[in-house]
Amino acid sequence: MTLEQVKKELKGYKGRTIKIMEVCGTHTASIFKAGIRSILPAEIRLISGPGCPVCVTPSAYIDKLVEYSLKENHQVLTFGDMMKVRGSEYSLTQAKALGGQISYLYSPLQSLALAKQNPQTNYIFAAVGFETTAPLYAILLEEMEKEGIRNLKLLIAVKTIVPALSYLCEKEEIDGFLCPGHVSVIIGSKIYEPLAKKYQKPFVVTGFEGEHILASIYEIMTQLSTEEYRVKNLYTSAVKEEGNEKAFGAIMKYFEPCDAYWRGIGTIPGSGLRLREEFLKYDAGSEEAFAEETLPKGCSCTDVILGRIQPIECPAFGKRCTPMDALGPCMVSSEGACGIWYKNR
Amino acid sequence: MHIDMSYGSGGKQTTSLINEVFVKHFSNPVLQKMEDSAVLTVKEKIAFTTDSFVVTPMFFKGGDIGKVAVCGTVNDLLMMGANPKYLTAGFIIEEGASLTDLEHIAASMAAAAKEAGAQIVAGDTKVIEGKGGIYINTAGIGEIEREGISISACKEGDIILLSGNLGEHHTAIMSHRMEIENDIKSDCAPLKEIVMNLIMAGIDIHCMRDVTRGGLATVLNEVSASSSCKVEIEERALPVSPQVKGFCDILGLDPLYMANEGKLIAVVAQKDAKRALQIMKESRYGENAAVIGTIQAGSKVVMTTAFGGSRVIDVLYGEGLPRIC
Amino acid sequence: MCVAIPGKIIEIHGDTAKADIMGNIFEANISLVDAKLGDYILIHAGFAIEVVQTETAQEMIDIFAELDEVIRNDTGAGKEGA
Repeated sequence: MTLEQVKKELKGYKGRTIKIMEVCGTHTASIFKAGIRSILPAEIRLISGPGCPVCVTPSAYIDKLVEYSLKENHQVLTFGDMMKVRGSEYSLTQAKALGGQISYLYSPLQSLALAKQNPQTNYIFAAVGFETTAPLYAILLEEMEKEGIRNLKLLIAVKTIVPALSYLCEKEEIDGFLCPGHVSVIIGSKIYEPLAKKYQKPFVVTGFEGEHILASIYEIMTQLSTEEYRVKNLYTSAVKEEGNEKAFGAIMKYFEPCDAYWRGIGTIPGSGLRLREEFLKYDAGSEEAFAEETLPKGCSCTDVILGRIQPIECPAFGKRCTPMDALGPCMVSSEGACGIWYKNR
Repeated sequence: MHIDMSYGSGGKQTTSLINEVFVKHFSNPVLQKMEDSAVLTVKEKIAFTTDSFVVTPMFFKGGDIGKVAVCGTVNDLLMMGANPKYLTAGFIIEEGASLTDLEHIAASMAAAAKEAGAQIVAGDTKVIEGKGGIYINTAGIGEIEREGISISACKEGDIILLSGNLGEHHTAIMSHRMEIENDIKSDCAPLKEIVMNLIMAGIDIHCMRDVTRGGLATVLNEVSASSSCKVEIEERALPVSPQVKGFCDILGLDPLYMANEGKLIAVVAQKDAKRALQIMKESRYGENAAVIGTIQAGSKVVMTTAFGGSRVIDVLYGEGLPRIC
Repeated sequence: MCVAIPGKIIEIHGDTAKADIMGNIFEANISLVDAKLGDYILIHAGFAIEVVQTETAQEMIDIFAELDEVIRNDTGAGKEGA
């Protein structure tokens, strides 16, 4: 089978509308970059799921970071992703303009070096992400322990994907899932098997090239037509059945599951990670940063994240809500469904 | 030696700064008269522009803030079909800046101006409190060699050429900031040879733009909006070096949105496209030039992706920061 | 949700490796993987998260070969899929 044949087969699909969710924001970005939607017929709808920390991080979390950044002798460290997300009042970019001490980093370990260089400054690391990034925080904590670092704390908003997938399967009508490639590197492909079995849906682990994604969509369509649902790993160069056990072990050493609030979705039981009690001294008050909230009036991000509507069906889309002045989180992120649709409108 | 507030007092230190740094490097008959303003002779029609420059770090692979400050203004003049003749340079210097750095910056400004055939004929210096930063404003006058080149003059069927690889300035700056080792140099350069060769050869140029902040995506959107046309480009045709591509991949950046300091697009009549490409390739800084797309009736910028799909290319929103997600 | 790119290890000092990603030398912490000199590692935010196959090209060939199998299953001509 060639790529051209797969393209042709998919293009020729004429049946009921199929909703496929790409859970991971980086997949959303790849789909956009490769122009995959233009290759698919209208009957195959790709829905951008909740796997984008920028989209699902509640505003209370941003508010807490903003508050820290404006506090004397404090500095907030973050990945570039979070700079544009708005809290209830300001984004970190705006807080920086107001005198907030905020720097963006590429690697969590850079925060360790900073903390050592400037013992007078209290650093707050915005530890967001999913299972892919969680083991990095585990190593950071390990190093902090080793070196006795006391002026670096983590504000944690780490989420886990399997409970979120169960939630989506329970509540929403989605026909199949493109499983996040790099989360799967850590948690493995096998972990989705109970979901595939219980909910009778295709779960395909996929990489980030256009070929990966198109082949995975084809796999989902085939499973749907044969009504044989299973987990399929089409990213075997990186994802093992059992995942990276060493990394997973590192996560479990420092973290334990907790309920987590997903902006736009709500609280999903067991879908977050918090520090184990003995490591709480490294926590910057993560629990307080998770107040439940209602989305701004007129914002349909919930329906968008859950795939009930396309971004363009939101009444605020492109009018009251644009990348320059985003109403909801899906418009802020370059991976957010609305942000991507706006650019492609 | 470091510059302190006394260098901005207007007294002896100011004079020595002007003489030992600026006059020494920029040396030309107009400047040396040290009058309150430069008196110039120019052709009838001129182009006139200004730009300010803030770059951190001030020195990077392939250039420094001084070179960028001259190239930026020179290129803006060239894009209007003007031959750059005279420049001014205004410096805002934070106390603590190194005198040696300032001299290096002045020397590279002089070298870039010389390459572009322009003279720096007036200048100004202010010293402010701060942490040793240097900010430069340049203004420039160029004599119009070809009239009618305009962002709103693109026509259906025109061909779009890009003068070389995308993203190199941005990558060089960011690599420096993030301490990532590679051989990528800023592309910062005066594009005089390319432009003058195109004009001399009588190429029917409808529009030229230098591709700076906001990247190619932003420039093409300006073309589409101003000329009320659709811009179609081919991803496969875009010149990007493998190193820049690797750099972008790991930081989640897109070369389409990255800054350049020595690249231009030229939109030319279809009949001249082949010749224009040849001329670009044979000109200095144009060896990687490529035909990247066409002008069509309609609106928006649309790219055929390497994968065979198509997507709309929008302008850049906010700052392009490295992403992990 | 997570950007990660393969790079080739060219140097190792303790838990830190230097990895070459198309001519860009990034430092990566390798304590989450068992990696040796010359291995390709998948790098996410300064950390190796897995040792990966060197060639994604082969993976593409495999994927499309597998799709063939899927089709054969469809028509009942092939063996049972995994």
